[in-house]
Amino acid sequence: MSDHEFMSHFDDAVRIDADEEPTNIDETTLAEMRELAGRYPDSRSALLPMLHLVQSVDGRVSDAGVRACAEILGISTAQVNGVATFYTMYKRRPGGRQHIGVCTTALCAVLGGDILLDHVEKKLGISEGETTPDGMFSLERLECNAACDFAPVMMVNWEFMDNMTPDKAEQLLDDLAEGKPVRSTRGATITSWREAERVLAGFDDGRADEGPSAGEPSLRGLTYAREHGWTAPAEPAPGPEGQEA
Amino acid sequence: MVDKLTPIVTAHWGEEGSWRLENYVSHGGYGAARKALTTMSSPDVISLVKDAGLRGRGGAGFPTGMKWSFIPQDNPNPKYLVVNCDESEPGTCKDMPMLMATPHTLIEGIIIACYAVNAHHAFVYVRGEVLHVIRRLRKAVAEAYEAGYLGADLFGTGYGLDVIVHAGAGAYICGEETALLDSLEGRRGQPRLRPPFPAVEGLYACPTVVNNAESIASVPAIVEHGAAWYQQMGTERSKGAMLYSVSGHVRRPGQFEAPLGITMRELIEMAGGIREGHELKFFTPGGSSTPIFTPEHLDVPLDYESVSAAGSILGTKALQCFDDTVSAVRTALRWTEFYKHESCGKCTPCREGSWWLVQTLRNIEAGKGSPGDVDKMLDVCDNVSMKSFCTLAEGFVACITSAVRHFRSEFEAGCNGTPAWELFPYEASALFAAPRELVTVTSTNEGGAA
Amino acid sequence: MSTDVAAKPDMVTFTIDGTEVEVPKGTLVIRAAEKIGLEIPRFCDHPLLDPVAACRACLVEVPDAGNGRPMKPQPACALTAMPGMRIETAESNDKVAKHQKGMIEFLLINHPLDCPICDKGGECPLQNQTMSHGPGESRYEGAKRTYVKPIHISAELLLDRDRCVLCQRCSRFSSQISGDDFISLAERGAMSQISIYEDQPYTSYFAGNIVQICPVGALTSADYRFQSRPFDLVSTTTTCENCAAGCELRVDHRHYSVRRRLAGADPEVNEEWNCDKGRFGYRSAQDGRRLTTPLVRRDGRLEPASWHEAIDAAVTGLKAAGQAVGVLPGGHLTLENAYAWSRFARAVLGTDDIDFRSRPSSDEEAGFLAAHVAGRGLGESVTYADLEKARRVVLVSFEPEDESPIVFLRLRKAWRKRGLEVVTLAPFSTRGSRKMGARLLPTAPGQEAARLTQLGADGGLDEDTIILVGERAATSPGALSAVVAQATTHGARFAWIPRRAGELAALEAGALPGLLPGGRPGTDPAARAEMAAAWGVRSLPDATGRDIGRIIEAATSGELKALVTGGIQEADLDDPRAFEDALDGVGFVLSLEQRPSDVTERADVVLPVALLEEQAGTFINWEHRTRPVALINAANQAPMTDVRVLAALADALGADLGMRSPAQAGADLAGLPDWAGARAGFEPQAPEAGPDGDGRGMLLASWRLLMDNSAALDGADFARAATQPLSVALSPADAEALGIAAGAPVSLSGPDGSMQLPARIEPDMMPGVVWAPLNSVEPLSVLLGAGPADRVQVEAARIAPPAQTVDQGGAA
Repeated sequence: MSDHEFMSHFDDAVRIDADEEPTNIDETTLAEMRELAGRYPDSRSALLPMLHLVQSVDGRVSDAGVRACAEILGISTAQVNGVATFYTMYKRRPGGRQHIGVCTTALCAVLGGDILLDHVEKKLGISEGETTPDGMFSLERLECNAACDFAPVMMVNWEFMDNMTPDKAEQLLDDLAEGKPVRSTRGATITSWREAERVLAGFDDGRADEGPSAGEPSLRGLTYAREHGWTAPAEPAPGPEGQEA
Repeated sequence: MVDKLTPIVTAHWGEEGSWRLENYVSHGGYGAARKALTTMSSPDVISLVKDAGLRGRGGAGFPTGMKWSFIPQDNPNPKYLVVNCDESEPGTCKDMPMLMATPHTLIEGIIIACYAVNAHHAFVYVRGEVLHVIRRLRKAVAEAYEAGYLGADLFGTGYGLDVIVHAGAGAYICGEETALLDSLEGRRGQPRLRPPFPAVEGLYACPTVVNNAESIASVPAIVEHGAAWYQQMGTERSKGAMLYSVSGHVRRPGQFEAPLGITMRELIEMAGGIREGHELKFFTPGGSSTPIFTPEHLDVPLDYESVSAAGSILGTKALQCFDDTVSAVRTALRWTEFYKHESCGKCTPCREGSWWLVQTLRNIEAGKGSPGDVDKMLDVCDNVSMKSFCTLAEGFVACITSAVRHFRSEFEAGCNGTPAWELFPYEASALFAAPRELVTVTSTNEGGAA
Repeated sequence: MSTDVAAKPDMVTFTIDGTEVEVPKGTLVIRAAEKIGLEIPRFCDHPLLDPVAACRACLVEVPDAGNGRPMKPQPACALTAMPGMRIETAESNDKVAKHQKGMIEFLLINHPLDCPICDKGGECPLQNQTMSHGPGESRYEGAKRTYVKPIHISAELLLDRDRCVLCQRCSRFSSQISGDDFISLAERGAMSQISIYEDQPYTSYFAGNIVQICPVGALTSADYRFQSRPFDLVSTTTTCENCAAGCELRVDHRHYSVRRRLAGADPEVNEEWNCDKGRFGYRSAQDGRRLTTPLVRRDGRLEPASWHEAIDAAVTGLKAAGQAVGVLPGGHLTLENAYAWSRFARAVLGTDDIDFRSRPSSDEEAGFLAAHVAGRGLGESVTYADLEKARRVVLVSFEPEDESPIVFLRLRKAWRKRGLEVVTLAPFSTRGSRKMGARLLPTAPGQEAARLTQLGADGGLDEDTIILVGERAATSPGALSAVVAQATTHGARFAWIPRRAGELAALEAGALPGLLPGGRPGTDPAARAEMAAAWGVRSLPDATGRDIGRIIEAATSGELKALVTGGIQEADLDDPRAFEDALDGVGFVLSLEQRPSDVTERADVVLPVALLEEQAGTFINWEHRTRPVALINAANQAPMTDVRVLAALADALGADLGMRSPAQAGADLAGLPDWAGARAGFEPQAPEAGPDGDGRGMLLASWRLLMDNSAALDGADFARAATQPLSVALSPADAEALGIAAGAPVSLSGPDGSMQLPARIEPDMMPGVVWAPLNSVEPLSVLLGAGPADRVQVEAARIAPPAQTVDQGGAA
């Protein structure tokens, strides 16, 4: 008999944090998870939305959430865990009421993102990946968020905060902390990270009509074309070899 | 003579409430879908898009109509259209404003594309980190259902279509089409082996077309105005117009919809030039995964063939400009860190190569590299290049090897004791005047609204 | 090797390093390279797993894809050979050698290089391929990824994540082969790692396979960790004795003690897999309780005796009994030993009272076995390959994952790869059924005959259907008759799959009343004459012998004067107490055993016999395929095989057994002519009327779980602990009516007592039926005094189940 000293232990397995506070997942959540599962030809497709929903309810991917997903989709918890730990938007420790992101991929980094992140870390007193003790803010170092013409970019609850500067960041965080209304530069009034996660999961919050149609850089070419009287060409006159269907 | 800029997809972005159905319809929106479904056969639509010469706008430039024609119509399984709105390639920022401003363009394109390939179910996979984009798109889908543009029996033809907007959860690799399909199936987003190709066994192992959002959004205008109209724009083998995204150290960055073949010199001029007092040092033609270009490439026509011939890739036409304050070592490191962060971990060279190269580059950035590190780094890149499972790893190979090719001395300096920030003080490249040492430390805000 | 033969449509010709290779269409380049003896390094590739092309160690250059165009470097493990394709490996292309060096260098940058303390050292594909194809030294000077090590992924398996090369063989095996998705890749990129979830361990009957196929030392078993160096082990190829699958095994021993068992590779049988019972169930005789000297009861006490004394005592007892001796050899013996028992009973003792079935059995079954199973060869039988090709397989009284795990793997494979339709006649869909995509035909215990007949009437049986019937069918009157009738009517084929490794051999040896070796009907005078001649006796006893049930009755009543038993486990019988009564009641008990048992306590003479590992011989698996058993441990402590002991007894009784060793027994058996006469006839039995309708209590369904209290698993504590927690299965309706929630304790009571286990609610369980494990706590026959198809009382237990269930919980 193998006479080794190892005991069964699981303490170091990669894990969703199961030791935190109890879950808020209730029958309503489970019904919503089942509803999500029902939206797809194959229910497993709903796993990503369901994990977003779990975060909106529990403020993280909770142990109860993982088990509920596995149960509803008929897959193993190891598989749910494999998915939940693959995607960066899923948090294993509780996120803050406001989730702050600072882009530091090459372009944003050199245009000021590094300084912004440094600034925000100091202001909040936490490092990236952490949540303030009061649960108000969590901070994430972002990879490119598809708004390079608005660099440097920050995000609050996955809403764009374009063309940021340390001063603007300072003001943004103060306003959020004080509960003042804050608007995304190209989006809606900031609610909370959990509410945002609920929308991502697939439950509308009715705010689609807020915000502008486009930011100024998005319209740059259009504006320039207008200034120069440029347009798309007209349809060619049907010639002998006209190909119009 | 076609104008230098040709707003088509972007034509109505600036309008008040541009995202609303009423606005879209007021410009003749859904007319192209009606035309396709009521006057054309599915093969006709495919031929039209082939004739127009539309090529995929997601990076690879594969002809869209041909992709559609690969869907085996004798396969008894359902067919699916999956629209790739994962837009995550550093520098790429065209699809998000499009979905935010005129999501109905995409939906109309989806209707036409699905009709062409005989799909009755389409999925729009949007990266998760863009809340408002998802809101707008979902609302547009709801409006389209309500107006009868989606659902059963479109335009009285008996043809039915359902669209699901699906939010991702943070993974660059999901922009790779097979990883996207795995992700959409609720799995870890890791690329699949090909064959089978998605056209044969894609989503749920059924025939699937995966198209970039911009490709699909380009379709309604082609159906509306015809192939000949579209062919007036562009170069001989790169037809049409597309969105060029100019960012970085230009005065007025932004989106420019232009015929293929416009040059970087023209685009930079339209973007107001490089910022005051500085010169262009290098730029990416198609996002961070494409080898960088330098001012010598300013007149390369930005079409698929010309960029290729000049040693890079048109990619997603994400033109990130870096001026003379920027360290090439710093950007190479940051991009490599990006790829390391986003590597799915499935294959050895990408997973381990990015892990290794980030360490080497960090040493070089800090001036702690050793003599020989640059060559070793290039050899490690060679051991990665063309050997990884998907093309993600080519991204860091491209940004490292092209940066070394053009700016080797900066890397060598890092191997001889000089940190990158000494050669290029990092504060100088920021858009705001806030030297690090002046960034004040403020107290942590406590309390506030809870 | 050009050939003038016309192009074969199903073959592809292409070149590797300039050598022309012809392979079947669809062949992967890596397999074709193996065919011509080329070594291409690989880690993730496994011929029985779907390609994943993740490790990239097998990259080859493709100057011509067969269409005149080159390809970028391709993984040979995922590249299908195409006509005219040109492949270059490191043999002919230095670029490939660089790819391979580069890839192995990458794999090593985060590898701990702890080979001197790693169990895999010496048999490690990473170590070996680094030596053969890797770089001489690493250029990497950076930080290595480290993890806390090791972590348990079950009570049996440990994982050293720093050694892992992320080939995913383990997780692919689990999802593709066994269907136990309890491990998965977790995290991303460089932090990717194999992981279970939280406290939910990797419980699988096939878990040991992932240790075997791990190409590095990342996965190890608690059973073997730090036990040996591969180069200190002596390996022997043999056959597993723990079920009737016939798996090829590689048994490794050191210092004459078996240290581990690995799955052998036999593509026709177990492919490259085995189950954990087969892999870890070898320690039962290593607990120091091995019987090594004969024992003789004197003044009521068993005392060690010399072989002479013991044989004398045995002969005295047997002589006193005359022909009134019942012979129970058990179902675990090799063909040679079983044949010796059969001949000993007939030709030495002169009795036909011999039955190998130490388990619930019936006359109907004996008739079925004699008429439809005995005397067949591989060519007349259903095979594993047939299961893979069939369109439909119907399971009757048979739960493959528990009762014949390799059959389960084949059925699952056929379902996954080819969409095999599996239909199961069972009271609910088990986990195993779901993993084969089986369709449930709800069948309460006892209803099998009616259900199968109905399935036939509904068009559910045809020429492309194979019916697999398990040994439990013996307890369902009419079931075996219905199998024969329905198969005949609809042209379907059928196979009987017992649990024990020795049952087919015992049947072939004629260790059944009324049945002589080679399927000869004992009622046929010609058969009797042929065997009498072969055995050198004037005549054989009448073919009117007693089966095990009647032997037990007759021993109790005194009609039989003596019993000769071989390794019988009381717990295996449907009425252990009746057996004890028989042992107590009969005048003389002679037991041939390896380890002390309940029988030992009641025996008059105990003769120790050799372990399987101490002898050579033959098993016959359920396919009727002969499977060689090799001598592993030459330094045996009890050199007397069953054959040798029986020969000594025969000598002392003044008779001649005609054989003194397994080899002679085998030769003797092989010398028998094939039986040319008719096979035994089969008298079908009608099903009994349905279960009594008074509705008192619930109908009990039960079978043995694979990893249960079987003596074969004694000592395999880690493997036993690494199983799913025990439970009692109820239908949702019954659970609700009884007020029992999932996981709540439930009590089952029968005439003799009660047991408690947590409840499991099975969505498709038939209302009115309750399922409990047959021998995982204690035998139900002992705990409840009830067995399958009996009625038991079910209620919510007031107190939590006692600790008896918690011994499963090392991993829970």
